[in-house]
Amino acid sequence: MLRESVELALRELCEDVRIMAQMTEEAIERSITALKERDIALAEEVIANDKLLNAKRFEIEEKCIKFIATQQPMAGDLRLIIAILNIIVDLERIADHAEGIAKIVLMIANEPHLKPLLDIPRMAQKAREMLRKSIRAFLDRDAEEARRICREDDEVDQLYDQVFRELLIFMLEDPRTISRATRLLWAAHNLERIADRVTNICERIVFLATGKMEEIGASKY
Amino acid sequence: MRSLFFRKRREASQKPSGGESRISAPKASAPGIKLETRDLNFYYGEKQVLKNISLKIREKQITAIIGPSGCGKSTFLRTFNRMNDLIPGARLEGEVLLDGKNIYDPDVDVVELRRRVGMVFQQPNPFPMSIYDNVAFGPKMLGLNRKRDLDEIVERSLKLAGLWDEVKDDLRKSGLALSGGQQQRLCIARVLAVEPEVLLLDEPCANLDPISSLKIEELLFRLKEHYTIVIVTHNLQQAARISDWTAFLLMGEIIESGPTGEIFTRPKDPRTEQYITGRFG
Repeated sequence: MLRESVELALRELCEDVRIMAQMTEEAIERSITALKERDIALAEEVIANDKLLNAKRFEIEEKCIKFIATQQPMAGDLRLIIAILNIIVDLERIADHAEGIAKIVLMIANEPHLKPLLDIPRMAQKAREMLRKSIRAFLDRDAEEARRICREDDEVDQLYDQVFRELLIFMLEDPRTISRATRLLWAAHNLERIADRVTNICERIVFLATGKMEEIGASKY
Repeated sequence: MRSLFFRKRREASQKPSGGESRISAPKASAPGIKLETRDLNFYYGEKQVLKNISLKIREKQITAIIGPSGCGKSTFLRTFNRMNDLIPGARLEGEVLLDGKNIYDPDVDVVELRRRVGMVFQQPNPFPMSIYDNVAFGPKMLGLNRKRDLDEIVERSLKLAGLWDEVKDDLRKSGLALSGGQQQRLCIARVLAVEPEVLLLDEPCANLDPISSLKIEELLFRLKEHYTIVIVTHNLQQAARISDWTAFLLMGEIIESGPTGEIFTRPKDPRTEQYITGRFG
């Protein structure tokens, strides 16, 4: 493969990651919409589309393996391939969490809302924002931005604390709400895990840019 | 490894006496450093081809010298055993130390130097004689005549070079009748027969097929247990596979040197990054 073709292959891989991240972000958005609106059809769509995300992950992985076998990348190119292989795993896990939220929708769709959902959608909004910015940082090889995004995980953790306290109070005051409250807690936990996964992506971006693995702000949970 | 013969010669050559040559007093390279260049500048006539090179070669490790064509890698390698002396107009400034002693001091025995620092070239060059005689040539030149000793040296050297099993049944066969890969291993055996301390290899696999190259690489990996090895190679993957330390040479200067894993995953100099990712050279 000529050098130009190698450059093109690497650019295409980065574009594949961007596309996968976009699919993942859409999964989060739709799962939360389905939760807010108790939309079973939308939830089923999120669950079905998870297969497409898994397929995308394996497609990118296959391309990376072929690239390693045929090009024996070194230095920055090698770190890019390694970073991509790790990032797509995190994206796939994020999508699994979105699927998890969609499955919760199927469990509680026919039950009345405990309360209007405010903090959970805020968590989702924040997690999506973090994911979007992390992929931008990946494409720009921006280690500083990656470190900044990691710090935003604290906000998601604080929102999760709030949700936990509120739902706990519900459960203590009325044991008949335990089933619904627990499932909402799972949904919030899925979002908290999504934000954690984004910090993993950011650590890979720092590695890509600097060659050093850093643990940036371990999650509270 | 038990030295059959050359230990006595080495001791004799280093004893102070009027008629014997000796290498000058040590200038103290750090422990674990077998070879070292200090402010090395090299010229072919008026043309400077090596510039201010200060590099340490670690004992019993493989050091790879990489760089684009024409950057001075082979010239640099040849400074370690004064093969450049044979080139008219060649001139060196600075020092090249072997065990802390400058090999360019005027009273250095160059023949003895080239026994201690052996060289293998890109093109396999066995002598037009039998396999046995190829390997025995060096020891014979150095005065070893007893057949039993020569037999032992030949067998040991061919075993070290990983060639014994392939040729033991017909050591009288011409060295030229061997395959390219076998010829190169014969050349390595020939060097090993005079019990060197350092092996210099100038693109030893450039003319070999992949299987033969791999055999040479495996051989070098085994040999580094006993010898200090310096290898010039264009094959970056080979350098990455077998070397412990890598130095990147560009236009006669060492741009960067370091542990091979570091050089090939996170080089410090952008020029090193560009070279090893194939963006130039």
